[in-house]
Amino acid sequence: MSGGASTASEATGRTYRRRPQHGRLFWTVADCWNVVRRGLTHYRRQPVSILWQLGFPILSVLLYGYVFGKAMRVPGGGDYKAFLMPGMFVMTVAMGFVSTATIFVNDAKKGVIDRFRSMPMAPSAVVAGRGATDLIVACAELGIMMATAYGMGWRPEFGSGPDFGVGFVKAVALLLALRFALIWVGVWLGLLLPGPEQVGGLFAIVFPLTMISSIYVSPQQMPHWLGQAALWNPLSSTAGATRALFGAPTGQGTSWPEQHALLLAGAWPAALTLLFLPLAVRRFRRLSR
Amino acid sequence: MSGDGYVVEAEGLEKRYGDKRALDGFDLAVREGTVHGLLGPNGAGKTTAVRILSTLVRLDGGRATVAGLDVARQPRQVRSRIGLTGQYAAIDEILTGRQNLEMFGRLFHLGRKRAKLRAAQLLRQFDLEAAADKGAGGYSGGMRRRLDLAASMILAPAVLFLDEPTTGLDPRSRGEVWEAVRQLVADGTTVLLTTQYLEEADRLASRITVIDQGRAIADDTLDGLKNRVGGDRVEVVVREPAHIPYALQAVARVAHGGQPEADMGELRVHAPVVDRVGSLSEVARYLQHYGIPVEDIGLRRPSLDDVFLRLTGRRTEEEPADQEPEFEAPAAEGAAA
Repeated sequence: MSGGASTASEATGRTYRRRPQHGRLFWTVADCWNVVRRGLTHYRRQPVSILWQLGFPILSVLLYGYVFGKAMRVPGGGDYKAFLMPGMFVMTVAMGFVSTATIFVNDAKKGVIDRFRSMPMAPSAVVAGRGATDLIVACAELGIMMATAYGMGWRPEFGSGPDFGVGFVKAVALLLALRFALIWVGVWLGLLLPGPEQVGGLFAIVFPLTMISSIYVSPQQMPHWLGQAALWNPLSSTAGATRALFGAPTGQGTSWPEQHALLLAGAWPAALTLLFLPLAVRRFRRLSR
Repeated sequence: MSGDGYVVEAEGLEKRYGDKRALDGFDLAVREGTVHGLLGPNGAGKTTAVRILSTLVRLDGGRATVAGLDVARQPRQVRSRIGLTGQYAAIDEILTGRQNLEMFGRLFHLGRKRAKLRAAQLLRQFDLEAAADKGAGGYSGGMRRRLDLAASMILAPAVLFLDEPTTGLDPRSRGEVWEAVRQLVADGTTVLLTTQYLEEADRLASRITVIDQGRAIADDTLDGLKNRVGGDRVEVVVREPAHIPYALQAVARVAHGGQPEADMGELRVHAPVVDRVGSLSEVARYLQHYGIPVEDIGLRRPSLDDVFLRLTGRRTEEEPADQEPEFEAPAAEGAAA
């Protein structure tokens, strides 16, 4: 079958040869976009999955806002629900890395990542496209959470005059910065974990991480040693900074991390990215070993 | 570039994982337009070889070309000439079959329009049209595999790597995959197939490389490999140990090119023969004459499992459920049938 068959192969090959006429940068961006499209199509096909991801933060709002709400006291005074809502937004972005890890674990396990890597696409698009998808999804999640909060009586302060909305935008930017940093934690973990069964175990990390922070209560109200841990939790810094920016009671004391919440809310994500971005890239490169 | 009809060539491939040598001077040459089987037990290095040739892992030593391109120095070019179907169906289970193929088509840089066209064409070719717009997560094992194969075929690659493509599939799905592979080869694709199923290599491959401990220990046609363990054998299973001497006498009368052998534990007696039908009826007649009850009697053609056992002294780890009764490798050198 040698002669005729190879001609046939070349004929189909000609019809379906990739288009090399664009440069490498063009294809890297195009590949990224196609990976993003894949991620967004997931949500289009299974829109309910976004609600599953938000289930825990929403339940927490209901539990703490309504069940415990009256019993909760914010140090320095102020409405507990107004205090709680920014915390919930932080929790929403913080838990997002579990979904980043989940998709990477599944893709690695099922060979989808290997398929991508065996294709003439830009390898970096596999990771970068996922990161971009996660940021877009995080925006949608925050939108849903804010709408939920609004429905429960949350009213952020927008300020007035030329500063109108600036605080709000800054707060959202800080939340997304945290999500961005956690993307790399998720990619790293996703490539590290042996299988999807272990992903559930990540909640065992997330849960204490959100509890031992200023998300629900001020660290001042915790036992001293626990409060110290909570003060330095990156989630506390983002929560503290966004509370101030949303014009909510911050419940903050005089400790250094509380006084510099805004600085830390920028510094923590930067530090996490500096640490975990190279780790994630190294993990990805190690796939070729 | 060789120009001598070989589309995959590997020389002295080496790959180490810590102290373990996954590949230890592995050689391979695959002729264009054929299905080449790569056979070996678990851990022999089959998957490592495929992963190196498909540019997924770097090699530590040696040299390999695919479609005339060096896998270490021109990985990107190699990637646009190959398709890979690994041990799991590497498809997105949330997307539909069509969305999967369109996504991979765009990532193969076909452009949006041609990706769509190609997806429709492949869905037809792989008989997936009816389920094209259903989520791939609901597909049967055979359908997933076919979708997986279709995704590997988007660029009509010169070489398709199939790494254990039917592992975990039921016989019917396996048949579907085999049919799809035959179709691709008929259209001119060269296939490198790794498998643990000897039957699969038997059905699909025209030439086989046997790999063990990271080295190619045999490279031959199917018939050539089978000839190494000798030709057909007649085999009798009796009911009682006391009947074994009779059975030995019976098969000794027709044995040709080797001594009869007995497996006392399984009450099995066998010997190489040349005249297949004549030998069988002669043995049956002889045993009947002495009133020896027979549990089973038949002709056994050597299987690839026998070949493997002969080459390595070990059996392959997994055997198809419908594997024929086995016997020990012949001690005497059988005449080539």
